[in-house]
Amino acid sequence: MPMTMAEKILARSAGRSTTIAGEIVEAAVNVAMSHENAGMVLHHFKTIGASRVWDPERIVIVFDHRIPAESERTATTHKTIREFVRAQGIRNFYDINVGICHQVLPEHGHSRPGELLVGTDSHTTTHGAFGCFGTGIGATEMACVWATGKLWLRVPETIRIEVTGQFPAFVSAKDLVLYVIGKLGADGADYKAVEYAGPTIDAMTIASRMVLSNLSMEMGAKVAFVEPDEKTVRYVRERTDVPFEPIFPDRDAKYVQTLKVDVSTLRPQIACPHAVDNVKPIDEVGEVKVNQALLGSCTNGRLEDLQVAASILRGRKVHPETRMLVIPASWAIYEEAMKAGLLFDLIGAGAVICNPGCGPCLGVHQGILAPGERCISSTNRNFQGRMGSPEAEVYLGSPAVVAASAVAGRIIDPEKL
Amino acid sequence: MDTVIRGRVWKFPDDVNTDVIYPGRYMSILDPAETAKHAFETVYPRFLKEARAGDIIVAGKYFGCGSSREQAATALRFFGIPVIVAESFARIYFRNAINLGLPVLSCPGVSAAFEQDHEAEVNLATGTVKNLTTGAELKSLPLPPLIREILDAGGLIPHLKGRLAQTA
Repeated sequence: MPMTMAEKILARSAGRSTTIAGEIVEAAVNVAMSHENAGMVLHHFKTIGASRVWDPERIVIVFDHRIPAESERTATTHKTIREFVRAQGIRNFYDINVGICHQVLPEHGHSRPGELLVGTDSHTTTHGAFGCFGTGIGATEMACVWATGKLWLRVPETIRIEVTGQFPAFVSAKDLVLYVIGKLGADGADYKAVEYAGPTIDAMTIASRMVLSNLSMEMGAKVAFVEPDEKTVRYVRERTDVPFEPIFPDRDAKYVQTLKVDVSTLRPQIACPHAVDNVKPIDEVGEVKVNQALLGSCTNGRLEDLQVAASILRGRKVHPETRMLVIPASWAIYEEAMKAGLLFDLIGAGAVICNPGCGPCLGVHQGILAPGERCISSTNRNFQGRMGSPEAEVYLGSPAVVAASAVAGRIIDPEKL
Repeated sequence: MDTVIRGRVWKFPDDVNTDVIYPGRYMSILDPAETAKHAFETVYPRFLKEARAGDIIVAGKYFGCGSSREQAATALRFFGIPVIVAESFARIYFRNAINLGLPVLSCPGVSAAFEQDHEAEVNLATGTVKNLTTGAELKSLPLPPLIREILDAGGLIPHLKGRLAQTA
């Protein structure tokens, strides 16, 4: 029976030869990822009464949401988790100086083709860019995964998205995925898997593919795959000795929907307040002054994002009434950006560089918005009140649009700067 | 768990996200009772002032979209919301609620059938959702057997403990 990537990986994880969309299977987890919410997972884990985790090698914990600790409560959580990972022998622990989980896991070879990776973070879909079944789960069920290594999952139906064409200047993966979300809606892929394919995807960098898989969460996707290819295998092989076996969809696999997109005439896309599917081409957004321009996050804080921003900001200045924040997604990216002189361009233009982490994306610290303020952001959510005041507004766009808008003080097409 | 639940309705629109249900700045709180004190705080402050334990939430499509934060389900469960009936749920919210023993029913048509402050009666065994104020009666989508089992056990952890005890 022909199967999709989701069906094949869940069949493998459930120890079966086939599965079919709609079934519930008990799947064996390859990698179990948590960030600071490991504190809550641990709280639940203790109530199960298990004394040791099922496999310390398969648990990965990354501090990224509140680093360095912004409060005594967070500091206490960090301390508790550090003690726990030491006591349990969890070696794959990344403290406050490594980066955002969805960047750190690939960089350290934990996101592998054909495997099941669950994370207590919705944007765990990011790892689908490596042909890995990456999906977000809750803290209670992660506690059960820590205890047993297993979890129930419904086998999702799959939407196939076929992409052709070459991106115009300053149009990128972020614009493509925002466009797709605008078309399918915020719940267009709820409970479903997505497979991205086509020559445009084949030509994409790993970093750009990660943008697609990451932001597909914002149309509800359970997992968002890019088929692994030579690029994927090389990237993963360079980072781990753990053997893996890529999985590909069958040619005649059944899809619930197929969407074809040609990017050759795609305009920069903006998700307007307060919903990620409230997407418009930049030409229809109108005059929007911005108090803050944020470049970073698990969606768009990678080297190519910093490169395009630096290319726009080089020799220019951030608008006097706009603050620009730049947050590299990881220390590795931070270091590369430093070596390449990108940070010099960015701070020269007046941008503030924050330490790698989630920053203000979820409204905890490092750039909260006041009532009436507006932010153009390369992050993934523009929900009311998410980045601070419920009377503030967040617009989502590509790194190029963020950088250009920082200079103009208003949302602007980089071509028109 | 009671099979038949009656209560006053708190009505919410489509696409209520987890940032709205439970703001990110409180995510470091671990105590469930403390968590409940921040439900809907930023965008629907009236909820904390006027809602009572036992009230039922009726919502539009895609309730609980956004982040995986479990507190968005914990807060409502420990506030004393006995059941949420919505047109549909975001998948992680659905999992979190079930795993915490909070029944969540997908019920097409429920949003149009209820207004704020109506009285609802929800039968978890049959899936029937009645509007006692208007007399309207709807049927929610059936829960798969495994999900029923987890809810009947009171959540995923009691369910797991039960299974571990059986195999021991």
